[in-house]
Amino acid sequence: MKADTDTSARRPNQRPELAAIDDETMRGVLRKMHLIRKFEEAAEASYMRGLIHGTMHLSIGQEASAVGATLALMDEDYILSTHRGHGHCIAKGAEPARMFAEFFGKENGYCRGRGGSMHIADVDGGNLGANGIVGGGLPIAVGVGMSIKAQKLDRVAVVFFGDGASNEGAFHEALNMASIWKLPILFVCENNKYGMSMDIGRAMAVPNVADRAVAYAMPGVVVDGNDLPAVAAVAREAAERARAGGGPTLIECKTYRLRGHSKSDRNLYRTKEEIEEWRSRCPIRRLEAELTAHERFTPEALMTIEEAAQAEIDAALDFAKASPDPDPKDLTRDVYAD
Amino acid sequence: MSTLTEAAVESAVRELTYAEAIREALAIAMEADERVFLFGEDVGVYGGAFGVSGDLVHRFGTERVIDTPISELGIAGAAVGAAITGMKPVLEIQFSDFVTLAMEQIVNQAAKIRFMFGGKAKVPMVVRLPGGSGTGAAAQHSQSLEAWFAHVPGLKVIQPSSPHDAKGMLLSAIDDPNPVLIFEHKLLYKTKGHVPEGDYRVPIGKAAVRREGRDLTIVGSSIMAVRTAAAAQKLAEEGIDAEVIDLRSLRPIDFDTIAASVRKTHRLMVVYEGVKTMGIGAEISAMIAESDAFDFLDAPIVRLGGAEVPLPYNPVLEKAAVPQEEDILAAARRLARGDA
Ligand SMILES: Cc1ncc(C[n+]2csc(CCOP(=O)(O)OP(=O)(O)O)c2C)c(N)n1
Ligand SMILES: [Mg+2]
Repeated sequence: MKADTDTSARRPNQRPELAAIDDETMRGVLRKMHLIRKFEEAAEASYMRGLIHGTMHLSIGQEASAVGATLALMDEDYILSTHRGHGHCIAKGAEPARMFAEFFGKENGYCRGRGGSMHIADVDGGNLGANGIVGGGLPIAVGVGMSIKAQKLDRVAVVFFGDGASNEGAFHEALNMASIWKLPILFVCENNKYGMSMDIGRAMAVPNVADRAVAYAMPGVVVDGNDLPAVAAVAREAAERARAGGGPTLIECKTYRLRGHSKSDRNLYRTKEEIEEWRSRCPIRRLEAELTAHERFTPEALMTIEEAAQAEIDAALDFAKASPDPDPKDLTRDVYAD
Repeated sequence: MSTLTEAAVESAVRELTYAEAIREALAIAMEADERVFLFGEDVGVYGGAFGVSGDLVHRFGTERVIDTPISELGIAGAAVGAAITGMKPVLEIQFSDFVTLAMEQIVNQAAKIRFMFGGKAKVPMVVRLPGGSGTGAAAQHSQSLEAWFAHVPGLKVIQPSSPHDAKGMLLSAIDDPNPVLIFEHKLLYKTKGHVPEGDYRVPIGKAAVRREGRDLTIVGSSIMAVRTAAAAQKLAEEGIDAEVIDLRSLRPIDFDTIAASVRKTHRLMVVYEGVKTMGIGAEISAMIAESDAFDFLDAPIVRLGGAEVPLPYNPVLEKAAVPQEEDILAAARRLARGDA
């Protein structure tokens, strides 16, 4: 549904991927991309100030793949995420306040402080969890797909994973089963060029992860992962095919993480120049530039969206800081269900 | 006697094999609940490597008795994914040894998801694991790895010894909202015993005292409970009165039943097929040592476990590597007569 004020239709020279996203939806897209970026910047700052312990994996620079791949999803659709999962979580609709509370290990976090950054899940919102095991979500997605089929639900599952994860045996087993059983799954590889320090060129013999789709007789699509409309278009088509019983798709989003792998990374395996070059391809600024060029949003309107996201993150952080810690007497709670 | 109907008499004497009992439990569960499905390698028309699923595919169709590719990690993960989204999968790992390829999904995912998510998810899945030695299948098809999993909070581990318990415990496992691993000893599949008709449950976490006795307590599960019960019969003829406890569940473990028995008999022997050190025997011994039952001991605890060796192929060596009835008899005599 397009609002009366929607200007998207009045801009004839847009590429179709951009025109396909109406202004109302685009506002949501921008809000989420900013929320992700600012969530992670605040998480990083909190970490630097010693306010949180443990580790974290930031997806700064990868916001378009998280938001683009989930844009066509309904609330009841599922995602499975990775260790680098804040973006996926926000993209699927989680509240930053409860995410921060989890990050701070608080009782009112999404997982009552038992999971932390690497295990944030929002089961009610369809996020079946980040995962500390590289490739861990891939086989689980197969079961989710089986479940959707057995229960005859009109749902799809999006499973995110990295380029590094595609070298795990789990990748092969999962894609094969998803294909033979025509399961409604989108395998979304966020290829950020590295698995920790390992360059994809040294870790795999084919140039693209998507090339591997041939082995499973499923469509394999390479897309510019920093181009939100392009990612959204590819994912929409894959989701439609999955819903119609056409089976899974392997989507490879070529992207880049601008921060280190985790807190301890000294970037010894890549150059400053490479990082700077990718910084100039920031998915948020790129989208904003395209939107203003087509006069769909004014710079002021974009600034308003960004500022609102910042305010939301600031409030979320305050919520987390003020939240209660778990009680050690509940230590062994929820190991088993009754 | 005359009040018993013919059907009841029939049911009271009805015998099934262990494998048939498991199949019957699967059929009952699948009949009662659409969410239950069985999957694994060759569980369909082949009927399962040990014939356990048998004709189930003909009764329930290929949507509910699903042949999978040879992908242990993948299918274990698929069980997790199906379980957290409303299904009740029963997964057969063809030989329990192959669970080593699925450790990731069982130990890192299934066992921890509920806890990691702050109690917001349930993982009601069952993994069936044919295990144990005695079939000449050698080192990679004969292991008893149950203690590994009993070490993992979030999992339940059971080891029924009779057709009756196999059916009743599997039905309990399918109903359980947690991941349950059921270790089925391959040598038990053809053993026969009384199995009631219909749905009944044998609870997880409760041991069974198979024989009451005063002289010593022998704890075992799965096939070791069977061998121990047979040994106790012979010991009785020699004047040694053994109390036999069939552990049935390793996690949760029914320590109270063991401790109560030790307070009565003052002597304890633990018999298990898994490798002796760092296993079930060590755990039970330590639990006794930590409890007041320790004061009641009149002799050191005896652990009778598997030898420190991969399972050999040669049948003589294979037998020598795990406790046999003669070993239980000899060890029990030594323990009961005080020369342990
Ligand atoms: C099974 C497993 N092996 C290794 C690790 C350690 N580890 C965590 S993230 C990571 C790199 C993963 O690379 P990729 O899949 O490309 O994801 P990215 O970090 O680039 O987002 C490694 C090696 C792990 N967590 N799990
Ligand atoms: Mg990577």
